[in-house]
Amino acid sequence: MAEDAIVVDESLGSETLLDLRSLSVTYQTDQGPVPAVRGVDLTVRRGEVVGVAGESGCGKSTLASTVLRLQPATATVTGEVLVSGADVITMRWGELRALRWAGASIVFQGALHALNPVQSVGAQIGEPIRIHEPGIEDSEVTARISELLQQVGLSPSRAAMYPHQLSGGQRQRVMIAMALACRPALIVADEPTTALDVMVQAQVLGVLEKLVKDLDVGMMIISHDLSVLASSCDRIVVMYAGRVVEEGPAHAVFDRALHPYTAALSAAFPRVGDPAARFAPAGLAGDPPDPTSRPPGCSFAPRCPLAIEACREAEPELREIEPGRWAACIRVGEP
Amino acid sequence: MTIPASADVASVTTPKPRSGSGSRSGPGYRGYVLRKCLGALASLAFMIVLNFFLFRVLPGDPARTLGRGRFRTREQLEAFNRTYGLDEPLWRQFLTYLGNLARGDLGVSLRYRVPVSQLIMDRLGTTLLLVGISTILATIIGVWMGIRSAWKRGGLFDRFSTGGSLTLYSMPEWWLGLMFIAVFSVGVGLFPTGGLHSVGVDPWSPAGWLDVARHLALPVATLTLAYLADYALIMRSSLLDEIGEEYVTTARAKGLRDVQVRDRHAVRNALLPTTTVIALNVGFVVTGAITVETVFSIPGLGLLATEALKVPDFWVLQGAFLVASAAVILANLAANLLYGLLDPRVRT
Amino acid sequence: MSTDARISARALARRRRSASLRRGWALFREHRSGVAGLVILGCFTAMALLAPLVSDSAGLSVTRSTGGILQPPDSQFWLGTDENGRSILTLLVWGSRISLFVGLLATAISMFVGTIMGLAAGYFRGFVGAALFRITEWFLVIPFLPLAIVIATVLQRGLLTIAFVIGITSWPGTALLIRSQVLSIRERPYIERAQILGAGRWHQIRRHILPNVMPMVFANTTLTVAVAILTETTLSFLGLGDPTRVSWGSMLEGAYSVGAMTTGSWWYILPPGICVVLVVLSFVLVGQALEDVLNPRLRRR
Repeated sequence: MAEDAIVVDESLGSETLLDLRSLSVTYQTDQGPVPAVRGVDLTVRRGEVVGVAGESGCGKSTLASTVLRLQPATATVTGEVLVSGADVITMRWGELRALRWAGASIVFQGALHALNPVQSVGAQIGEPIRIHEPGIEDSEVTARISELLQQVGLSPSRAAMYPHQLSGGQRQRVMIAMALACRPALIVADEPTTALDVMVQAQVLGVLEKLVKDLDVGMMIISHDLSVLASSCDRIVVMYAGRVVEEGPAHAVFDRALHPYTAALSAAFPRVGDPAARFAPAGLAGDPPDPTSRPPGCSFAPRCPLAIEACREAEPELREIEPGRWAACIRVGEP
Repeated sequence: MTIPASADVASVTTPKPRSGSGSRSGPGYRGYVLRKCLGALASLAFMIVLNFFLFRVLPGDPARTLGRGRFRTREQLEAFNRTYGLDEPLWRQFLTYLGNLARGDLGVSLRYRVPVSQLIMDRLGTTLLLVGISTILATIIGVWMGIRSAWKRGGLFDRFSTGGSLTLYSMPEWWLGLMFIAVFSVGVGLFPTGGLHSVGVDPWSPAGWLDVARHLALPVATLTLAYLADYALIMRSSLLDEIGEEYVTTARAKGLRDVQVRDRHAVRNALLPTTTVIALNVGFVVTGAITVETVFSIPGLGLLATEALKVPDFWVLQGAFLVASAAVILANLAANLLYGLLDPRVRT
Repeated sequence: MSTDARISARALARRRRSASLRRGWALFREHRSGVAGLVILGCFTAMALLAPLVSDSAGLSVTRSTGGILQPPDSQFWLGTDENGRSILTLLVWGSRISLFVGLLATAISMFVGTIMGLAAGYFRGFVGAALFRITEWFLVIPFLPLAIVIATVLQRGLLTIAFVIGITSWPGTALLIRSQVLSIRERPYIERAQILGAGRWHQIRRHILPNVMPMVFANTTLTVAVAILTETTLSFLGLGDPTRVSWGSMLEGAYSVGAMTTGSWWYILPPGICVVLVVLSFVLVGQALEDVLNPRLRRR
């Protein structure tokens, strides 16, 4: 009886903060429509950290931008993007503005360019507070900024500084403090550790993990680095050519990959300190397919060491291989 | 898109932001100001030297060019040389030139027989009035046009505004002035064809001010159109640069309204290069006014220069050139200092 | 065997170059305004080159003119006549030669000085580079028109003087542009590699830096021509041009001094001005399109 209750609590009772349902995003270009995301289903619950992994160009950043409807005007979105149950795609502008940053916020990649160069970081952290809580006292905003900076391990005196005066790691912390400003339930971190050196990467990840635990929020971390995700996520979703190819508990995915692409991705990583390896996983020859002319069948087949004739005929469905572990590969589970 | 001429100037003279940490404002800005002031002084020194040599060294005998057929006999020529000290060695002439300059003595006009400095002071106010009003109008309209064009890029307004600006940019401003005279003065008879005052109207009465306003309407319109083409194009291109930046996406993600994203973030940053171009243009007061003042017979510095050209009245030309250069250097300095105030990145 | 290899290598290089030219042209063609500018420029160039065929240069002579004074357009003089009874159309056709010639010559001077100064200021480190940069900056802040007026007054009046004046006052923009390009190219690894391999300065500049800088110079050239033609017109209008030659600027000076705006002789003011605007605008449009094609950073926008 008691055990049953716990199971129910784990699977259903926990609040779903982000629910992507057969989400597809297509960019309209001069060369015709280019699909970037194709039929992705994904959920993030409160207190859960979900990692999205994949090479650049696999659609993971586009996925992040749809959470707050920030995709460029040339993109057509189909499916549903439910943030705390409300569909972002069909939402009215007023509702959308209210949801942005207060309901969900984004830690952008490359914090130097994501911060306004001519405003002090304090002003930039305080801006969403003033927007979403009109009429708030200046002194309270100042107090909140100090508190936020302390939460990410920075001295409140940094508030008066400009982005170019901070180091890369400090800027990323400012970005995180900014994302927390309106106490959102969901945080999307888009490549939060790219361009940082390994020591700083670990520190920034530490800050993120601690915040999820302390504030009980849900988080989606996007990265090309599977080892980063393995250490800080509960669940990992691997994307290739706009589709989910594997999903499962973080450590299981990293240590014992089912999909050959995931295997190549995780084999590429623990080599610390070689920046080139982060962009082109070793042991993975070739490039991701050109999204304008994708091969028929499995998109990964041309690069796959295990590909057989059947792989080039139909695109494999994502199917549950073991309890809680899903993969889109016809060769997984073969005897 | 890149805009020729002044936009190029802006992009190359604008101080480049430097990365790395440093102290906030205060001493950083003071050092920056000091550096810029020293640079301006060096430029001024260069212009003073150039000014001297331009008129004395360029081709052979200055007296012949200065006199240009005015001297019938050798005695006349020698007398002229003695009067202007042109028979002395070059270094002596240079020292005299520097000494005179220090006392504000720019020589005497060959045509008007009055000190050049006095002539310049008399004409300066008119030019400043003409260029000042035009600059303010052109800034407001041009920046507004640039913002609207860039924010709705490719729209109807953008196509008209950019097309119009490019056409205006390609047009000699004095030709536009001639058109205005033909249409609005001669054709419709709305405005006088030239000058600054009507005969018999007291310039210091309300009627006189109205009279001056009527006289200035067409020249101001001409200069405004010439300037605003520049400002609209540079504002458009720098705003387009900013719109592509990631911090604009951050601002949108924060839940700001479109207008807030535009005004608080994108426009604020795009104004930095535009400010430089405008400040530099203000420096080219004399230059900009030369042709327009000539066409409309406005008695300012520009007309003084073209009149001197016909005589040729060399000391006036030299004085006008000196004032023109000093104005550019000052405006350049002002642009740099302003930029340092607006952009925290250049201070450190 | 080795000859074969060399030939094929050269053929390969040629093929690559022609492919990149084709790609550039395809990109350029997407800019409708650039193509329009190119067409207009083609027309004016044809007019300037074919002037002796389509009209008699005797029509430029004041003494042998056949028309009435400031006569409006009719079937004989399609664009009317000037104050000396010369056909405006004839003046316009012959004037295009002078305006284009001065514009191109001035640009050539400006590009030559600007490229050398820019290359040197960017390539040399330390004192020489800094000094050249300073000098360039000084020339940049010289008030352009007053200086041009002063030089044109001091020197003999003539086409070459005008071209020289424009060229010598308009090079700093080019120089700074090229300097910044060189500075960024100099940091690239292959320059360092060439240096380590013992390449001389001239070799480095000619083989590695110049080819990378030339596209920008090329795009900048068309913009410089636009400015040069505008300046020629203005200087001629102020009476500083060659008094013996007809250009669009000197036509406008003539129109201004006989008061064509007050007498309503629109056929004397309008055509030369429109020609100037068309040619300058075309150069600007072509320059913008070229810059778009040659500068991949801008292309993305």
